[in-house]
Amino acid sequence: MDARQKRALKRHICAGLTHAFIIVLGVGMLYPVVWMLASSFKPNNMIFSNTGLIPQVWTAENYLSGWKGYGGFTFGRFFVNSLTICAISVVANLFSCTMAAYAFGRLRFAGRNLWFTIMLITLMLPGQVTLVPKYIMFNDFGWVRDGLVSFLPIIVPKILATDAFFVFLLVQFIRGLPKEMDEAATIDGCSKVGIFTRIVLPLSGPALVTTALFTFLWSWDDFFNHLLYLTSPATYTVSRALRTFIGDAGSVSNWGGAMAMATLSVIPCFVLFFALQKYFVEGIATSGIKG
Amino acid sequence: MNRRLKDNAVAYAFLLPWLLGFFALTLYPMLSSLQMSFTNYNFSKPDSTQFIGLGNYIKMFAKAPFETVAGTAMQPDKYYLKSLGVTFTYVFLSVPIKLVFALLVAVLMNQRLKGVGFYRAVYYIPTLLGGSVAIAVLWRKLFEKDGLINGVLGLFGFTDLPGWITNPKYALGTLVILTVWQFGSSMIIFLAGLKQIPQEYYEAASVDGAGPLRQFFSITIPGLTPIILFNLVMQMISAFQNFTQAYIIGGGKGGTMNSTLFYTLHLYIQGWSYREMGYASAMAWVLLVLIGAFTAIIFKSSNLWVSYGSGE
Repeated sequence: MDARQKRALKRHICAGLTHAFIIVLGVGMLYPVVWMLASSFKPNNMIFSNTGLIPQVWTAENYLSGWKGYGGFTFGRFFVNSLTICAISVVANLFSCTMAAYAFGRLRFAGRNLWFTIMLITLMLPGQVTLVPKYIMFNDFGWVRDGLVSFLPIIVPKILATDAFFVFLLVQFIRGLPKEMDEAATIDGCSKVGIFTRIVLPLSGPALVTTALFTFLWSWDDFFNHLLYLTSPATYTVSRALRTFIGDAGSVSNWGGAMAMATLSVIPCFVLFFALQKYFVEGIATSGIKG
Repeated sequence: MNRRLKDNAVAYAFLLPWLLGFFALTLYPMLSSLQMSFTNYNFSKPDSTQFIGLGNYIKMFAKAPFETVAGTAMQPDKYYLKSLGVTFTYVFLSVPIKLVFALLVAVLMNQRLKGVGFYRAVYYIPTLLGGSVAIAVLWRKLFEKDGLINGVLGLFGFTDLPGWITNPKYALGTLVILTVWQFGSSMIIFLAGLKQIPQEYYEAASVDGAGPLRQFFSITIPGLTPIILFNLVMQMISAFQNFTQAYIIGGGKGGTMNSTLFYTLHLYIQGWSYREMGYASAMAWVLLVLIGAFTAIIFKSSNLWVSYGSGE
């Protein structure tokens, strides 16, 4: 074996060790999630300290008991509520954030720099500081009460582009689009609105997908706003309903049901993530998404 | 119509939703909560609201009952300092550990390996799920006295293990682990940063005989400092505001002996369980000042450790 072969061998062993290390670490990290899936099929009394993945006895009982839900409403209702809020939030965010981003990224107007700076500041602002007055305001509007009207405090902020993060992400993207196309379109008599709908929007595809994705995920996982505003079981979302498995002192009586519904609740995130992985990585890498 | 005027009108039309949102849902509530923080506003009895000066702010740090400028007596908040301490401990533990972990994994993945895309996706899964109620519920189960963690430790011969969630000594630790576990975003940002460091630097260093460790500390770390700064600030800001996991793991309360009474959780309990929304507003403003101060300190100190090298 000459020196070159030795070096090649050494490199192979090194790469092999790195692979092994990454895989072991990855399995360790994901074990809890896989265990959750496995536990959801175990009988309630076997979940405790059963570290294995393969249930000794398979049962669908947890899914049936968990699905029963809370306050007379099944998880079917909670999934519909979650999906409704998410879908409206996605559409609202796409409209409002791209409109603002187009103005910031492409149009010249008096006060642009000032407003842009203010937008960047709101990006860093901790939400707690607006919490109480918003709650009182929505309450005065009659939005904080039982019934579907309680979706409004969650949805209206999206219509008004309060997720500054997405405005920023879209501004960054729109600024990178070739300006010559706007100019050519203007010469051809295209209005600003026309440029927005016919040039900027179609070219912003990747940034729009990223915005839609993260809006969906954050709305799906949001708990705090749902805790504040969704006061009746009929309006509960999945994340709000999962909380009902845990008693006030932190005790849980139906672990199996909790594991089963928790498993179901993460499926949409998984599906979206693996279908649109590229946009995730790009969105995070180019803009430093939080999380 | 004047052309400039028209351009302005069009731009402001596009900006209108955001502007409305800014005034109605950010600026006005901010000013309003500042004003409320100087009153004893209670959501259940708004009519008896009085101006109490700095009363709410004194309440946070006072040891004994005191009299406000309105002449009313006020009780100190026995748990405020506790919640502040819990939050500081949590932030100062979870953020650095998370970033170091994310950086090491990113360096590991930055090598020319087959299947990096797949690994990166798998390592992102905890971040994808970690903020959800589902995972918080799972975490409770994992770290219980007869949960998975103790089961696994038992396989290695450990006995007499505590219930990690219910033991006030360890409860916060489980939340730190939960946060560190979600290192995926920081990792992806570090990976993007690593790609920016010119490969020639490493080649030159190799020729000069610098080993991998030396290269890591002399090239990788300095080259990444702007990104470390970014991640540090973003993670710190979000760590200060963490709520969901502490709420779920403590069952809506601060856990055993308030060992997981996060700042935001305490704020929620004051504002919504006790309806003391004037006080909750004051707490929010202190949080804003704290986050602002730490951000300023980090940026100020960045002159000392962040190098914006000439780059390419």
